[in-house]
Amino acid sequence: MTFQEISDILKSTIGDHFTTDEKQVLQPQLIVPADKLKATCLQLHTNPLLYFDFLSSITGLDNGVEKGTFEVLYHIYSIPFDHHIIIKVLVDRQNPQIDSVTDIWKGANWQEREIYDMFGITIHGHPDLRRILLPEDWQGFPLRKDYQVQEYYHGIKVENQENNG
Amino acid sequence: MTDLTGKTGDGGIVLAKLDDVINWARLSSLWPMGFGIACCAIEMMGAYASGYDLDRFGIIPRPSPRQSDVMIVAGTVTFKMADRIKRLYEQMPEPRYVISMGSCSNCGGPYWEHGYHVVKGVDKIIPVDIFVPGCPPRPEALIGGLLNLQEKIRSEQTLSGPKGIQNLLAKNKSAAV
Amino acid sequence: MAENQIEYIYKEENLRTSEPNFFKEKDLQAGEMVINLGPQHPSTHGVLRLEVLTDGEIIKDVVPHMGYLHRCFEKHAEKLPYNQIIPFVDRMDYMAAMNSEHIYAMGVEKMLGIEGTIPKRIEYIRVLVAELNRIASHFVAIGTYAMDIGAFTPFLWLMRDREHINRMLEWVSGARMLYNYIWVGGLFYDLPVGFEERCTDFVNYLKPKLLELQKLVIDNKIFIERTANVGILPLDLAINYGVSGPCLRGSGLKYDLRKVDQYSIYPELDFDIPIGEGKVGTKGDCWDRNYVRVQECHESIKIIEQCVVKLLGEHKRTRDFDPQALAPKKIRPKAMDFYIRGESPKGELGFFFRSTGTYDVPARVHGRSPCLINLSVLPEISKGVMLADLIAIFGSLDVVMGEIDR
Repeated sequence: MTFQEISDILKSTIGDHFTTDEKQVLQPQLIVPADKLKATCLQLHTNPLLYFDFLSSITGLDNGVEKGTFEVLYHIYSIPFDHHIIIKVLVDRQNPQIDSVTDIWKGANWQEREIYDMFGITIHGHPDLRRILLPEDWQGFPLRKDYQVQEYYHGIKVENQENNG
Repeated sequence: MTDLTGKTGDGGIVLAKLDDVINWARLSSLWPMGFGIACCAIEMMGAYASGYDLDRFGIIPRPSPRQSDVMIVAGTVTFKMADRIKRLYEQMPEPRYVISMGSCSNCGGPYWEHGYHVVKGVDKIIPVDIFVPGCPPRPEALIGGLLNLQEKIRSEQTLSGPKGIQNLLAKNKSAAV
Repeated sequence: MAENQIEYIYKEENLRTSEPNFFKEKDLQAGEMVINLGPQHPSTHGVLRLEVLTDGEIIKDVVPHMGYLHRCFEKHAEKLPYNQIIPFVDRMDYMAAMNSEHIYAMGVEKMLGIEGTIPKRIEYIRVLVAELNRIASHFVAIGTYAMDIGAFTPFLWLMRDREHINRMLEWVSGARMLYNYIWVGGLFYDLPVGFEERCTDFVNYLKPKLLELQKLVIDNKIFIERTANVGILPLDLAINYGVSGPCLRGSGLKYDLRKVDQYSIYPELDFDIPIGEGKVGTKGDCWDRNYVRVQECHESIKIIEQCVVKLLGEHKRTRDFDPQALAPKKIRPKAMDFYIRGESPKGELGFFFRSTGTYDVPARVHGRSPCLINLSVLPEISKGVMLADLIAIFGSLDVVMGEIDR
């Protein structure tokens, strides 16, 4: 099934809230508003024509301070029908929140924790939101573009000293 | 200690300095704590295995820090791991040695520039005796590092007291002065 | 003296603030214990902390804590050009560096649009070294797994065979383990003269060794007692979690990305996909996953033989063939988002790129780590087993911490 057919089925069941990015030629993306994410994912998972059962990856992106948005991309595959689709959600930078899809695909659990850890995007409905890769008392969210590394951690200087080279 | 056969004769009596005998006993059975963190751990395992056998030097990996002499820090030290490394080092009984294996634990390695979570060298946490360079160092390089450590132990003055108590005494003296 | 440089300040609560326990002491019922399999443990899989809530010996819950090897790969990838990221990609999954590099280079080539112009000889060499590295990775997985179970001999025998592969790959690329060999658009060097013959000798040497491995480990009664019917991963749970690789194939699904996505020259090669069928236990238990890995070694040998035939025949070396010259000097893809995935020995390794179109440096690279997803299954499948079975289950998932923490 092509990208156009999949988005048509979604539009007919949920409504026409979707847009696509024309610049993405190789791998078209479906841009979903944040409040329709849960409904879209449920439809993708349970619709017998679509049957997207394999969540491959959740990626977070920082567009920079001027644009003021984060993006979260979901790469989802269907094993029996060999479909693939990419869902993109734009998240506001001032108040970054997104719904959790953990109750649809259990594999999203740790990947959403990683997005919280690296970007600071709060995930609603996540069963266990805490930092996964960094220590609990680390300050800041590293993959943001305006991240400043803290000076000291438990007494050790974090940045490389100039004379060590 | 070098011309041992000449001294034994028939009776089996050896005359040597106590320092030499103790040092020889310590360096001939260095038991490292198996502490592989990252890629260097695989080369360390390769050094233990049959291709580059370390057992012929008397080196057997021990799982617990309380039963080991030397800690081979193999791999990148991160800030989250730093607390645990300090704790493991404190758990080792004296005399204890540390070998820093690989670029990452020497100086931060390839992650020195933008690694916010990487400690730039394990010598910021614990005192290191031998640095083995490489990324990852070949098993021959690790064996060279261990032989260098053996040379260092051979020239130690063991009867002058363990370092921990000496440091404490020196600190108290400087505090009193 | 080294004493002066020590900067670490010891505080009583350092350990608790940096990684607090998930299970609080006040919530424990009678008879329950919290056991900590800390970041340093004799099982050789790297620095992972497992916090286990047990009722006597039976496990009620497992909480893995990771991040002890978080090396900021994604931050480095935002600051370095595409071709300089390849050594960092190596160090993510350090057991199977060639496979990671292969998938990464394929992704960047598809973004540049040059994947059709890569000469066939380069593609065959890439697949050859990737399959050699797949065998090496499976050897370490099975060897250390057997060592965790308690058998020391398979580890020594498999490390000896892995030394042969290390030496061959050192002859090709200059390094034993972290190669930086597969470049975007080409390779570092061509194969040395005589490599194909050495490959054939190695394959003939390895075939009886794999049968020996089968008799020593896989068909061993003690191994079967320890691993059959332990850690059963049902297929629908596996797919819902996103598990891939030998763990998914051990649960019975014939799904291999080399056949599904048909990337590189795998469509021209003839190999089978082994799955777990529950021969000595239930489908999807630890024994099945290890059986799948051993069978995959057989299939990799088949692929290597076919590649060597092609490299000596149709695509033999010519005097003026220079893989370094074919690699583009300026790697600046157009502005796009791209996700490439491929089959590494651990499962589906994916890279997500976002390029701006104006810089040589990517705006974002995200590594989809198969080991992270595979490990997230551990709490589900180890409820109700004993503590020794937890080690068996954890070993059979075959995780590499460098990839989990990136």
